[in-house]
Amino acid sequence: MSEFHLGDNFNLARKSQALQARAKLIQSIRLFFINNDFLEVETSLRIPSPAPEEHIEAITSGDWFLQTSPELCMKRLLAAGYPRIFQISKCFRAAERGSKHLPEFTMLEWYAAGFDYHQLMDQCEALLIAVFKDRGHNQDIVCQNYGYESQNKLRDVIPSAARDCSTNKFQDTSLLKFESHNKKIKLVSPWERITVSNAFLKYAPVTLEESLIHDKFDEIMVEYIEPRLGLECPTFIYDYPAKLAALAKLKESNSAFGERFELYIGGMELANGFSELTDASEQRQRFEEALKLRSAKKWARYEIPEKFLQSLDAMPPCAGIALGIDRLVMILADTDKIDDVVAFTPEML
Amino acid sequence: MYTASDLKKGLRVKIDNEPYIITEFNFVKPGKGQALYRTKLKNMINGNQYERSFRSVDTFETADLREKKMQYLYKEGDKYCFMDNENYEQVYLTENQVDEAKNFLIDNIEVEILLFEDRPIGISLPNFVELIVTEAEPWAKGDTASGSSKPVKVQTGYTILVPTFVTEGEKIRIDTRTGEYLTRVKG
Repeated sequence: MSEFHLGDNFNLARKSQALQARAKLIQSIRLFFINNDFLEVETSLRIPSPAPEEHIEAITSGDWFLQTSPELCMKRLLAAGYPRIFQISKCFRAAERGSKHLPEFTMLEWYAAGFDYHQLMDQCEALLIAVFKDRGHNQDIVCQNYGYESQNKLRDVIPSAARDCSTNKFQDTSLLKFESHNKKIKLVSPWERITVSNAFLKYAPVTLEESLIHDKFDEIMVEYIEPRLGLECPTFIYDYPAKLAALAKLKESNSAFGERFELYIGGMELANGFSELTDASEQRQRFEEALKLRSAKKWARYEIPEKFLQSLDAMPPCAGIALGIDRLVMILADTDKIDDVVAFTPEML
Repeated sequence: MYTASDLKKGLRVKIDNEPYIITEFNFVKPGKGQALYRTKLKNMINGNQYERSFRSVDTFETADLREKKMQYLYKEGDKYCFMDNENYEQVYLTENQVDEAKNFLIDNIEVEILLFEDRPIGISLPNFVELIVTEAEPWAKGDTASGSSKPVKVQTGYTILVPTFVTEGEKIRIDTRTGEYLTRVKG
């Protein structure tokens, strides 16, 4: 007897609308890039050495790994003279599973030579306005808040876990009110752009510097900042602290920051982009630091991606961005579960 | 020993020498940042709820929890007294710890007492109990509409909605999980 249940068919059948929205979205994206003179490429899913990143762990495949993003191969194409390329591909990341995470997910990644990160934000905005329009959202879209509401009065009362920055502002519950559900988000250009520093001043109980000193950047992003980004209109948050921008070019005016940005809609992170670092020796140094941090955590040992580094000096100044297709479908299909927008989750296999 | 990535809804862990149950769990990971495990926790001794996010390096001890069959004896002040049927030792729970179970505690009823490191911290009742109706409005003639109900008081003082035909002195079966009337018990 097979372990097939009627429920399996039901689970797949009820996703019909989301899967159709997904298929149409991907067609719209292709059309946008073709109309903008981009070449669609396919690079290898299975690679010998992923980019060493402190917080992203690859899944092994024989002696090699499944890609965590197509970044390295696509940059080698740029270095070889392909100035405008895009790819829609599966990416794999170990131990990432939640309502907005799948260990196997679909990423749109594109690069444009001669662009900096602000020009790429413009293009990202143009792409999404076009694809939303194709789905009938000309002016706005009703969207839930995908961020996590923090009820600070209940938080952090457990003493052993009390490692949050201890400022009084932290206890100020008035900071915690934000509209949570089904808000109309304006899609008309221009979208909001805010630096990471200003987002901390505006939304967080501590400054960016304090959060870094106390090693609490990620927690404060999740609890205070993410749930407030992209509620009126989609929001780009940019200029990340240099050490949080491992493959990005540093700002010429202030090398404490990297030219990195993220796009948020309805409190959900959708895309991450950089002005790309083109200095091979600096990139090698950053990889080595990441490898050290990884080995301290006893994570898989990667080789330095030498062929990528050799090509990097020939790469033109460019900007690149990765956008999570599954999450964009979540917004279009108005669901808060990534499971609803893919045919199969690992648990269904 | 658990790590943060083992956490899931319903898991019981020990933090600061007290048992907590995970009531909500979410995996989050801000862009390029580290994995965070967002939880809601309930202290199993005082019932207080907390929200907290953990990192993958955080570890937790298993909470030493077990249940033991005991008999309810009596209430003294705001303490409820139970007797261990094996060794005849008596243990006490506060009103807070007994919580809604107090509505169904009748003398000598057998219950499960939840022990944390041998300390009593909670109670679980049998799914069904039979209690006597001690106060009820008499059944009014003509009140035959099916589904109509009336409040009655049972021997523990608990007020419950029952069908109109139930009368004072009758025994009724109650589902302790929902606190709702199930049926009349004959005899």
